[in-house]
Amino acid sequence: MSLLLLQDAAANYGAFAAIGAGLAAIGGGIGVGKIGGAAMEAMARQPEMQGKLQGSAIVLIAFIEAVALFGVVVGLLGVLK
Amino acid sequence: MQSNTFKAFLAIIFLSFFTTGFADSKDPTEGEKEFNASELIFHHIGDAHSFHIASDLSVPLPVILWTENGLVAFSSSEFHHDVDGKTIVEKNGLKFVNLHEKIYQLNDGESTVSLDKDNHATNAIRPMDFSITKNIFSMFLSVALLLLIFILSARSYKKSGDKMPSGIGRIMEPIVVFIRDEVAIPNIGEKHYGKFMPFLLTLFFFIWINNVIGLIPFFPFSSNLSGNIAFTLTLAVITFLITLFSSKKYYWKHMLWMPGLPVPMKLFLAPIEIIGMFVKPIALMVRLFANITAGHVIVLSLISLIFIFKSVWAAPISVAFTLFISVIEVLVVAIQAYIFTMLSAMYFGQALEEEHEH
Repeated sequence: MSLLLLQDAAANYGAFAAIGAGLAAIGGGIGVGKIGGAAMEAMARQPEMQGKLQGSAIVLIAFIEAVALFGVVVGLLGVLK
Repeated sequence: MQSNTFKAFLAIIFLSFFTTGFADSKDPTEGEKEFNASELIFHHIGDAHSFHIASDLSVPLPVILWTENGLVAFSSSEFHHDVDGKTIVEKNGLKFVNLHEKIYQLNDGESTVSLDKDNHATNAIRPMDFSITKNIFSMFLSVALLLLIFILSARSYKKSGDKMPSGIGRIMEPIVVFIRDEVAIPNIGEKHYGKFMPFLLTLFFFIWINNVIGLIPFFPFSSNLSGNIAFTLTLAVITFLITLFSSKKYYWKHMLWMPGLPVPMKLFLAPIEIIGMFVKPIALMVRLFANITAGHVIVLSLISLIFIFKSVWAAPISVAFTLFISVIEVLVVAIQAYIFTMLSAMYFGQALEEEHEH
């Protein structure tokens, strides 16, 4: 039964690609959430550092996001194949 | 009081979507081609040989090809909007077809293009394509806009002398100063930053204006240039080359023979650092490409909801979400331009690092 389901999914690249993109989004979400939380906490402790913290938080988010976006791109390639 | 009436109105619209919206979606429209959302989306984010405006209205763009019979140029209107390879254009004794916005040249003696099961042509080759496509057109447009903006701001600086500039110079100054004070100086350092400012400013404004052009949904704009991987690849390669050419001894020493570590660890780290050197520009490339493409895909998917549900009641929801995402996208396109510039500056800073700065 499960084998049949798998065969069905394998015939349809899109399903696998969507699962992959979703998993990548989970990872990215956790990472961005942790950075956002920590940045907010730091800003609340030291409001005078807000500018610097915001800048570095955005750059760190860009690093995390890149990994999630790799997932999206690989997913897209899977669909377009 | 007024806001209560407004809320009630919103609630009615919202509820009516759930009642009639799904009821309507059941009756099939006959005779029409089945709506395919992914086809529409890929058509919109891809490059094209003509600028599509409305259903039958489009602006043809020149097709310029380098073939064995020399340079061939003709208007893309000669394909009559055909992208399935059925219309054959004969120029210089060669036959060309447009197959999914890729120009193919038919082999000698062939009169129709034949396809294998993956829709690739089997009896045609692709000549070198130098066409002014939608993306190239949009790149020229952005270059023209940037020239206009910066020549005007230079003129306004000249006119005002030592005083604060008036007009467009006053708008551009804070952005240029921001790139200098927040991006270049902290990352590259007071000593060397001047050399990199022209590149960083060009990078920032070029990416930004192209991202914004992608967000404007009508004719001279609306292309997806910064969501094209060739465009981001070029920018990332330029950053990579500048990093390499401005690198100092310390950069290579840190990469190949990390000081202050035991020898086995040095041997272990060197390959990782070398891979990292190439991964950085690849990440730059993919980040910009995927962010902008994802933005376009989200907006188009939300618009497609109307056609997927086949109901006018899906429109308020779809338009509201599209507006919401578009507002976020205005932020995202600026942040992406900033991040690309910021990371480029960081890589230059790393390449220029010197021993005593540790």
